[in-house]
Amino acid sequence: MQTNQLLLIFCGALLLLGLLAFFAGRSKATRLRSAGTAMFAQPDQYAWFTVLSTAGPAVLVSTLGAFVLLLMGADIPTLYLLAASLVIAAIGLMVSLNQVKPDFHARQAIERVIRMVLAGAALISIFTTFGILFSIISEALRFFQMHSFWEFITGTTWNPGASFLASAGRGDGSGAEFGSVPLFAGTFMITAIAMLVAVPIGLLSAIYMSEYAPRNVRTVAKPVLEVLAGIPTVVYGFFAAITVAPIIVNIAGFFGLDASYNNAVAPGVVMGIMIIPFISSLSDDVINSVPDSMRQGSLALGMTKGETIRDVVIPAALPGIISAALLGMSRALGETMIVVMAAGMRPNLTANPLEDMTTVTVRIVAALTGDQEFESAETLSAFALGLVLFAVTLALNLVSVLMIRRFREKYRVNNL
Amino acid sequence: MSHTFDEISQQLKRRHRKSARLKWISMGSLGLAGLFLILFFADMLSKGLPAFQQAYIQTEISYTEEAESDGRQAFDQELLPLISRTVVRVIPMELRNNPEMIGTSEAQWVLANSEVDQYLKGHRHRLSEEEQAALDERVEAGQVDLRFNSTFFGSGDSKIAENAGILSAVVGTVMTMIVTLLISFPIGVMTAVYLEEFAPDNRITQAIEININNLAAIPSILFGLLGLAIFINFFGVPRSSPLAGGMTLALMTLPVIIISTRTALRSVPDSIRHAAFGVGCSNWQVVRDHVLPLAMPGIMTGSIIGLAQAMGETAPLIIVGMVAFIPDVGASFTNAATVMPAQIFTWSGEPEQAFVEKTAGGILVLLTILISLNAFAVVLRKKFERRW
Repeated sequence: MQTNQLLLIFCGALLLLGLLAFFAGRSKATRLRSAGTAMFAQPDQYAWFTVLSTAGPAVLVSTLGAFVLLLMGADIPTLYLLAASLVIAAIGLMVSLNQVKPDFHARQAIERVIRMVLAGAALISIFTTFGILFSIISEALRFFQMHSFWEFITGTTWNPGASFLASAGRGDGSGAEFGSVPLFAGTFMITAIAMLVAVPIGLLSAIYMSEYAPRNVRTVAKPVLEVLAGIPTVVYGFFAAITVAPIIVNIAGFFGLDASYNNAVAPGVVMGIMIIPFISSLSDDVINSVPDSMRQGSLALGMTKGETIRDVVIPAALPGIISAALLGMSRALGETMIVVMAAGMRPNLTANPLEDMTTVTVRIVAALTGDQEFESAETLSAFALGLVLFAVTLALNLVSVLMIRRFREKYRVNNL
Repeated sequence: MSHTFDEISQQLKRRHRKSARLKWISMGSLGLAGLFLILFFADMLSKGLPAFQQAYIQTEISYTEEAESDGRQAFDQELLPLISRTVVRVIPMELRNNPEMIGTSEAQWVLANSEVDQYLKGHRHRLSEEEQAALDERVEAGQVDLRFNSTFFGSGDSKIAENAGILSAVVGTVMTMIVTLLISFPIGVMTAVYLEEFAPDNRITQAIEININNLAAIPSILFGLLGLAIFINFFGVPRSSPLAGGMTLALMTLPVIIISTRTALRSVPDSIRHAAFGVGCSNWQVVRDHVLPLAMPGIMTGSIIGLAQAMGETAPLIIVGMVAFIPDVGASFTNAATVMPAQIFTWSGEPEQAFVEKTAGGILVLLTILISLNAFAVVLRKKFERRW
C-alpha cells in the first residue's frame, strides 16, 4: 500500500515538526523571560501556539486537498499534496517562532483556535442532518425520474419484480409498479397496534408512579421500565417472531379465526411494549411538573383523588402527554428490526391485522440487501421511501417539541 | 332538586370507589409492564440457556489407511450419522500432517451432530427411531453427554449448527465500537463544551440545538441510508467493514453523548467557574482544568449508555452490509465483519431448529454485555456523583 506508507511518513514528519515547534517555542520564550522581559503569556502557552500554527494549517490543507481530490476527481498525486502540507507546516513553524515576542498574547491566540475547533465540532451534527437529507433526496430524485411521484404516492400495487429483470438486462422494467399505499397502510396498522398497547399502559404507569407510588416503588420501577427501552430491537424481533406470533395464531385459532404467522399483531404488540418506557418516562416528568397548587385547589373543593387526576392533572399535562405519544409514534414508524423479523414481506392492502403485511422499513431493508445493482429502480425506491419516512418523523418530532414547549411556558418548568 | 343525606353519601361512596379503581388500574398497568419484562427474560433464558451446552459422544477413532482419504472410515459406521461433519472433515488433514498416527486408534469425546444435541435437550429433531434407540443406549452407558459448549464462545459463524459460534461477531462488535467511540466521544464532548461554555446565544446556536434534538429522534435506518450513500458510495469506505459500520453508528451516538454531556456540564455550579475566572483563567483554562474534570463522571456515564445503545443497533448496519457470513475470527478495520446483533439476525433466519437455540444464546450474551455496561454506568454515576 503506497498511500498508507506515505500517510505514515507524513504523520511522522508532522509529529517531528510539532515536537520541534514545541521545544523551539518554549526555549525561545524561556530565554526571553529569563532575560528579564515581562511577557503576556507563559512559555508553555507560546510553545502550544507554535505547535498549533505548525500543525493546524498543514492538517487543514491536507484534509481539504483530500476532499477536493474526492469531489472534483482532480488527479493531484497524494505525494504532492502531502509534501505541500509539510512545506506549509514548516512555514507555519517559522512564522510562529517569529511571533514569540513579549507583547504577543499567545493565550488569546490559542483560545481563538480552540473556539474555532469546538465550533467546527458542533457543525458536524448539522452536517449529519444535511448529509442524511442530501443522500436521501438526491437518490430519491433519481427514482422519481424513472417513476412518477404521483404514482408512488397513490398507487396501490407494490411490485418491483420487473425492475430487477430490467437491471439484469432482460425486459424493459415497464411492468414494475411502485405504489406505496400498501406499505404505508401496513406501517400505520402496526404503529396503531403499538400505540394501542403503549399509550394506555405507559400513561397509566406514569400516573401510578407520579401520583400513587411510594418513593421506594418509584425508585425501583423507573429503571426497571427503562430496561424495556434498552433491549435491542433485534431481540424484540426474535421474541415477536418466535414466541408472540405463535401465541397470536393460537388465540386467533381458538376464536375460529385464521391468522398468518407473519400477522401484524405480533410485531405491533411487541413494538408497543418497547415504546412503553418512552411514553411513561416523559409523561411521568410532565405530570410531576404540574404545579401542586392545582392539586390542592381541586382537593379543597372536595374532589376525590381520582377525579383530581382525571379532571385537573391530566388535562393540565395533556400537551406533554401528547408530545410523548407523538415521540413514541415516530419511534414506531421508523422501527425496523421488529417488523423485518416478525412482519411479512408481501405488500398487502388490508384492514385485517391477522393477515401478513409489510411496512416501509421492511421494504427499505429488502431493497438494499438484495443483489440488485445500486442504479436499479428497486434500490433507489428505498431512498424514496426513506424520504417519506424522514419527512413524517421530522414533522412528528417538531410538533412534539412545540407541544412540550407550550407546556413548559404555561407552567414555567425548566427541567423538561 | 335536592338530595337526601343518604343519597349524597351514596354518591360519595360511588365517587370514592371510582377513585380507588383508577389507583388499581394504574397499578395494574405498571404491573403489566413489569410482567412483560419478566415473561420476556424467562422466555429468552429458557430458549437460550441450552445453547451453552452441547452434546458430545465418546467414540473410538481408528486412524486407518483409508481414513486418510475418507475421514468417515475412522468412525464406527453406526455412530457416523450422529457425529458432527466438522469432526469427520478434519481427520484426513490431521493424518496427512501426522503420518505416524496411522494404524493407531484412540477413544475420544467428539462433537455430536446438532440433531443429537436437540434430541438430548428434548427439542424438535429429525432422528429416526433406530438412531434414537442407539442413542438412548449410549446415554445409559454414559458415552453421550451434554457438556459446556466451548465452540459457541470460541469460534466464528458456521452453516453447520453445532460448529457455529459467536466469537467473530464479538470481535466485530468490539472493533466497530472502537471506531464509534473514537469518533463520537471527542466530537460529542467538544460540541457540548462549545454549546454550553463558549457559544453566544444566537440563532445559529439555537439551530444547532434544535438540530441535535432532532437527530436523536430520527429513525436509525435513515442513518444506514446516509452511511450507504455517503460513506460507502461517495467516500469509498469498504462495505461491510467495521470502519463503515462504526462511522455510521458514531453519527447515531453523537446526539446521545452531546445531550448527556451538556447535562453534566450544566450541573457543575457557576461558582466554580466564577472562582476560576476570578484568578485570571481564560475560558478554555476554566473548562479544561475545572469544569470538564468535575463533569467527567456524568460524561462517562452518558457515553457508556450511548455506546450500549449503539451496540444493540442492527438496522443501519444491515444497510451498510454488516450481515456478512464471517467464519474466521479476524481483526481488521477494513475487512468484512459482522456484529452481535447482526449475527443474531442472521441466525434467526436459519431454518434449522438448532439455530433457534443459537439465536437465543447469542441474545443472552448480548443482553449480558448490555446490562453489565448499563450497570457499570449506574455504579459510576452513584460513586462519583456530587451534590452541590
